[in-house]
Amino acid sequence: MAATKTIAVAMSGGVDSSTVAAMLRASGHNVIGLTMQLWNQRRLAGHEGMPEAVQGRCCSLDDVYDARRVAETIGIPYYVVNHEERFERDVVRPFVEQYLSGRTPIPCSLCNNHLKFDQLLIVAQQIGADALATGHYARVEFDDQLGRWLLKRPTDRSKDQTYFLFGLTQTQLSRTLFPLGGMMKPEVRQLAEQHGLALAQKPDSQEICFVPGGDYKKFLDAYLAEQGESLPDTAGELVTSDGEIVGEHSGIHNFTVGQRKGLGVATGSPLYVIQINGGSRQVVVGNQEELYSSTLRVHRTNLIPVEDLREPMRVMVKIRHRHEGAVALIEKSGEDEILVSFDQPQRAVTPGQAAVFYAQDVVIGGGWIA
Amino acid sequence: MRRVYLDNNATTPVLPAVFEAMQAYFGEHFGNASSIHHHGQETRAAVERARESVAALLGCRASEIVFTSGGTEGDNLAIFGLTKPGHHAISSTVEHHAVLNSCKHLEASGCEVTYVPVDGRGQVDPDDVRRALRQNTRLITIMLANNETGVLQPLEEIGKVAAEAHVYFHTDAVQAAGKVAIDVKRIGCDLLSISGHKMNAPQGVGALYVRKGTSLRPMLHGGSHERSRRAGTENVPGIVALGKAAELAREAFARGDLETMSLMRDRLEQTILSEVESTGVNGQGAPRVPNTSSIYFDCIEGEALVIALDLKGLAVSTGAACSSGAIEPSHVLTAMGMPPQRARGSLRFSLGKQNTLEDIKFALSLIPPTVARLRALSPIYNKKEAVSS
Repeated sequence: MAATKTIAVAMSGGVDSSTVAAMLRASGHNVIGLTMQLWNQRRLAGHEGMPEAVQGRCCSLDDVYDARRVAETIGIPYYVVNHEERFERDVVRPFVEQYLSGRTPIPCSLCNNHLKFDQLLIVAQQIGADALATGHYARVEFDDQLGRWLLKRPTDRSKDQTYFLFGLTQTQLSRTLFPLGGMMKPEVRQLAEQHGLALAQKPDSQEICFVPGGDYKKFLDAYLAEQGESLPDTAGELVTSDGEIVGEHSGIHNFTVGQRKGLGVATGSPLYVIQINGGSRQVVVGNQEELYSSTLRVHRTNLIPVEDLREPMRVMVKIRHRHEGAVALIEKSGEDEILVSFDQPQRAVTPGQAAVFYAQDVVIGGGWIA
Repeated sequence: MRRVYLDNNATTPVLPAVFEAMQAYFGEHFGNASSIHHHGQETRAAVERARESVAALLGCRASEIVFTSGGTEGDNLAIFGLTKPGHHAISSTVEHHAVLNSCKHLEASGCEVTYVPVDGRGQVDPDDVRRALRQNTRLITIMLANNETGVLQPLEEIGKVAAEAHVYFHTDAVQAAGKVAIDVKRIGCDLLSISGHKMNAPQGVGALYVRKGTSLRPMLHGGSHERSRRAGTENVPGIVALGKAAELAREAFARGDLETMSLMRDRLEQTILSEVESTGVNGQGAPRVPNTSSIYFDCIEGEALVIALDLKGLAVSTGAACSSGAIEPSHVLTAMGMPPQRARGSLRFSLGKQNTLEDIKFALSLIPPTVARLRALSPIYNKKEAVSS
């Protein structure tokens, strides 16, 4: 970046975003630190088995404190902007509803689409910033030939977060910077040390920010109780794929595709959750082979290097963040639908997750698994 | 960068004369005001002179002034010092959190509280206070001036209601002291809280007027300071500062400074209203302190506007400083019947003694273009424009 720009940095209180702020400041840009207040960590503390002590990660009071100290250390203005209402509406509520209908949601992608790269981007522009920078491990580049912004995988593959960023639009990408895209994590920590940031060795936050401790079932109980709603009764039958009833379950939200534990059915060979039917409240169980699918469909798709999928394309597809990826043919199969046909059947395709398409380093796009 | 501070309701700078008055009491005259030796006598004298100055500002006797750590402590002392489980209290829906949360605590400890509503202009109806009286009502606590809107409550009439019913009457006058003349006899209150840092004294000192004959239980137990009403070694430099600030406030009233401030506030307000569309004053038509202007700007988020203005050097706020980052829009504006969107798009401008006409002009040069930029980028505004065009 040649000319001095005004850049807003989304600061979570973690090493990555803090280092981004320090780097951009050192390059001479006008940097403004922003943290989004998205969820009141004290809200459900102690309810229905939720942890008493608020050790929430990401954007908790402690993290705001850390971010503020970094801002002070590097000499930039720092603000906390409150978007709790939108977060609850666009991330938390869908999270709850997805689980209650037998799907396994990814709130982080929704947060990126609706909060980080939408709401926060608007605020950044409103306060005079030319761009928003984050600590994501990803790269964004403009491709002159295509005339489009591209999202690419980062140098540090082990920290690749592009899976959660598949929904970014051209407008959003044109105003986003990912300064860590070409760096390895250890390098980033070193840089943090060099800039005198006290949190250079702070551990990474891995969990969902509004479910401290990771127990989403306790969260569902606590949240619904707080809303004055009772957990809907989705108890039902455990069935085989032939429809034979082999047991009972106490609620579909207790299961995820590929799950082996907690079925309460003893048979000769191991049983896995194959499918969860919200309508009939049936959880279909079966053996390992039945867990494999050759195809899947995605809706609410987003494509990045192209406007539309006019012809079928061979790409590498990830069906989970930690999936290594598998080769597949993708083709348009409906108004807002893409059919993914794998070369090799894939294990535990899970509705609610995202399928993200890659061609080498380039993120082609993705959609939500139906 | 030129910085202009228009957030004096959050806090005020310590005036040079006040700072100067304090200095001797750090190193030179540092004695514990309760010590019997020379050093104590000196500081005791300084504390008592300050007490008389504060009493003169409020129209009461020096012996009726209790020095505290600030407005919050004064409010707490009044509320908890007069009530017991089984009592009923009357307050309003627009009080500062120091009063509201104290009342909530009363409710959790065996008392009942009635919160009298306000009209669209933010004022309480004294008849509502009268109607809320019960056989076990012990205390009425209603603020003199609102911190967000500057609206003044009809305290004299409420004082009459309290007197007729033989009920204690406390008022949080934190945002009124130094801005409007206060006479506790005319108001008819039994207790009144003020805060130093809202009137050009430092943070950490305040005073509570306690009418002679009021049986107030102390909250802080220890030595017999403040006539056994508030234990703790006196914050001599702070108290001296408060005394000096009270003296300067009286002089300012005499000089007509507050009228001048009122004109500057009016100019800021009227210019914004005429140059920026879809704006209005919160509390329009109600009597207000001379320095405050709460203005709504439709279709924008107040938070973003405050940040954008701060980045350009103008300091203002969306409402009370202590509720920044809170999810709910201002309880004061909500109590006045304002829809949440409009409440969230409201800004508070509050002038101070140090502000000049140049400061107002600076603010006026920034506000219209900044609001315009926010609106251009606001999805709500653009949708509304599209619909109406």
